[in-house]
Amino acid sequence: MSTDQLRVAEEVLDLLRAEGSGIEGAVCVDHKALALTRFANSYIHQNVADATTTVRLLVHVDGRTTAGSTTLTQAEGLRELVTRTVAASRAAPPDPGWPGLTPPLPLHGTGNLDGGTVGATPADRADRIRSFVDAAGGLETAGYCGTMHWSGAFANTAGQSGTGATTDASMDGIVRLRTESGIVDGTARLTATALSEVDGSVLGARAAAKARASVDPMELAPGRYEVVLEPCAVGDILQNLALYGFNGKVYGERRSFVVLGEPQFDPSITLVDDPLGPGDLGLPFDAEGTPTGRLVLVDAGRSASITYDRRTAAVAGNGAQSTGHSVPVDFNAGSFATSLRIATNGGAALSEVDGPVAESASAALVAKVERGILVTDFWYTRVLDPMQLAITGLTRNGVWLIEHGEVTRPLTNFRFTQAYPAALAPGAVLGIGAQPTPQPSGWGLARWGAPPLHLASWNFTGGASG
Amino acid sequence: MTHFDAATAAVEAALAAGARYADARVMHRRYESMSARNGEIEALVQDEDAGIGVRALVGSGWGFYAVPELSDIAARGAGTAAARIAAASGRVAGPDIDLVPMTPVTGSWSSACDVDPLSVSLSDKGDLLVNATTVMRDHGADQGEGIYQIWDTTKWFVSSEGHRIDQHIRESGGGIAALAIGNGETQRRSYPSYRGDYRTSGWETVTNLDLLAHAARVADEARALLSAPQCPAGTTTLIIGDEQLALQIHESVGHAIELDRILGWEAAFAGTSWLDLTKLGSLRYGSELMNITIDPTIPGALGSFGFDDEGTPAAARDAVRDGIWVGVLAGRDSAARAGLDYGGSMRADGWSRIPMVRMTNVGLRPGPHSLDEIIAATDDGIYVDMNRSWSIDDKRLNFQFGCEIGWEVKNGKLGRMIRNPTYTGIGPQFWASMDMLSSEVRPWGTPNCGKGQPGQVGHTGHPSAPARFQNVRVGVRA
Repeated sequence: MSTDQLRVAEEVLDLLRAEGSGIEGAVCVDHKALALTRFANSYIHQNVADATTTVRLLVHVDGRTTAGSTTLTQAEGLRELVTRTVAASRAAPPDPGWPGLTPPLPLHGTGNLDGGTVGATPADRADRIRSFVDAAGGLETAGYCGTMHWSGAFANTAGQSGTGATTDASMDGIVRLRTESGIVDGTARLTATALSEVDGSVLGARAAAKARASVDPMELAPGRYEVVLEPCAVGDILQNLALYGFNGKVYGERRSFVVLGEPQFDPSITLVDDPLGPGDLGLPFDAEGTPTGRLVLVDAGRSASITYDRRTAAVAGNGAQSTGHSVPVDFNAGSFATSLRIATNGGAALSEVDGPVAESASAALVAKVERGILVTDFWYTRVLDPMQLAITGLTRNGVWLIEHGEVTRPLTNFRFTQAYPAALAPGAVLGIGAQPTPQPSGWGLARWGAPPLHLASWNFTGGASG
Repeated sequence: MTHFDAATAAVEAALAAGARYADARVMHRRYESMSARNGEIEALVQDEDAGIGVRALVGSGWGFYAVPELSDIAARGAGTAAARIAAASGRVAGPDIDLVPMTPVTGSWSSACDVDPLSVSLSDKGDLLVNATTVMRDHGADQGEGIYQIWDTTKWFVSSEGHRIDQHIRESGGGIAALAIGNGETQRRSYPSYRGDYRTSGWETVTNLDLLAHAARVADEARALLSAPQCPAGTTTLIIGDEQLALQIHESVGHAIELDRILGWEAAFAGTSWLDLTKLGSLRYGSELMNITIDPTIPGALGSFGFDDEGTPAAARDAVRDGIWVGVLAGRDSAARAGLDYGGSMRADGWSRIPMVRMTNVGLRPGPHSLDEIIAATDDGIYVDMNRSWSIDDKRLNFQFGCEIGWEVKNGKLGRMIRNPTYTGIGPQFWASMDMLSSEVRPWGTPNCGKGQPGQVGHTGHPSAPARFQNVRVGVRA
């Protein structure tokens, strides 16, 4: 597929050259075959798939720039894309910040691809859902099992080109238990390169154990508590750090908390973005054709790097270069990491444990807590103050009191208002789980390597009753 | 072949592959957006997409497949694939699915448009944003931002029941925002709204906003906020401006009355609802001043259309009447499951996405007061407006909002400006405390409502007016 896509990209460049001399252009030909099977009330209620190729064209001519795209990939559609994008560029206001095209640079891989996932069928996804539902032992279930094959090709008039492909298989489910006092639930979530790594029965059993351990929750007074955050919740922290902390656009606009070179995090924290790393998600080039690869954002607690595309790097000046983080999701969102993980020391492979704790890595952290709160997941987190990355949100899918190293009783959900960097500041991180559990992002093209975290303090500002 | 032909071919193929019901939407959409920052154009984007999405019902299972091709063979392939996917749903089957009966519709509809937004020159559009952001920068904004967005969508719908509908909807809007950076914090002021305001209309919407006339003010206010006192923490009388109250309606009413959430169909992701169907018609949602309508027929409002994406003609109905919950947002399948007789709120954000229950225009009927009267009648409280952050739990009960700006209200008059206003509460308690509501209704447009998996972005409208609430907790912060 990628070879055909590269041919389309070259065809678009030929059409662009025919529009006149002096036109700079870059073409991304992106193909996504996305299939997602959703279940609720313990049956499949939505089952969707699409296979879409999108051609994105960036044109710079006479000092003016326009981006265009089309899903019409026949000759007429491509011709129309080139014609209108060039015409729009000529009519557009000047672009004095044009950073130029990516020069020819070697790529560092091709992407993590699993053939079995490329060929996954609706039956394959349904069977995993069957396993999840069965593992819940008659409790109500809901969630999804999805697969994606993402292939891409890039070419520009400066001579850079390349192809790559990757796959994603994800399952995210909840188990709900109706009680006299209301509905409680538990969740389990996993993303991987291969669908074969996704075991519905393991995830269903894990979510069911959480639901069963959540019956008759107690409302605990809001306040600051020591916490163990499970991988689902930690995934939210990573996503917000990527979008609002280390994002080159946010940093360039002085809205970020990040101060490069400063020890802003606990020395135990190292953050790495690596779309081509083992089990990670991404293509070997970004939307501007810059090679992607491993980038350390936080090195042993010290903020070390910002994620740039060509434009945000040019704005930053001081020799800043694109780090391969041009993201075509939303042109205003900036340049941000999409395969961010917290480095761990490794250790024994994750194993299942009895009770509500997600897995062995989380259980090891819980055992060290004298009194605190175990949080499975965060929900609807939003930024209150970007410069502190102060965020409000809620807990979801399971919260428990920890006493003397044991989970003692379920709690009702909390609202929290917490600055994320402050929660990870020097001295605030009491433990990091031995292994991460890869977490899917809400928008599907990112993956967070999230180990559980044991933190000294989390600011819960409200309870279930307000 | 025509687009109706392609949709018909897809439906025929789905039926031939075993579907007992099928529908198909061909869609063609152009999108244009320009953004500027500090007097320079930041991005100009022109996108085009087209394709066909087919929905098939086999037994009790839905299947959906979409392709970006409109040939006969591609359309028939999509229909067959949709039926095959639906058949696989039977491996984890649920109860039988029915659709609320309806008479097949043949129709055509277009939104009103005075000035074709794609015909306005890019240089004129660019000048507007460059000038507005330059003024903001000159008035002390560290970041002056401006944006407009345009969608021009045509769609053709055919169902196995005999629907044959085409629609042409143009949507336009934009806004500006000034960011002031202080010592460890930022302050933002926007006009007319965070991310702008939008309508199903032409470029006249952007022209009427008169962005340039407001640029200096928002920059001045953003700078002034940096030295304004913090919003006090405590419980007080809260007056909420119409822009912020539009989002309050969206989050704590609009999503809560989505029938798919109430039925648990979105439980794992978007969440459920605190509403219990057995209490439809009797549950008190708020005070007697609270009258909420579901009305996709409002001319020019962002959630308006002629027919929803399963062919149901647009019709207005009450969601909350005199404070009592009386209506839901529904589709034909969810309504049938709930024992209701109406759908009308199924929408998809493109040809490659399955229609789902979405808000149309969900908003307040006018109240008996004015904002001036509300302020004059308030001895001690705060007035807040313009959304800055929003968060609500998965049952749509426990919310916390941050606003860009607030003012003290003392003895019936606006007092000092305050910064970082936040307020929090529980939906029905909050709405029950509404004791004054303005008649000054404006149909705010929200172009960024996320829901579903794969994610869909919905365009919704929210008629809203300033209102007063009692005993609200304010000033929550980290």
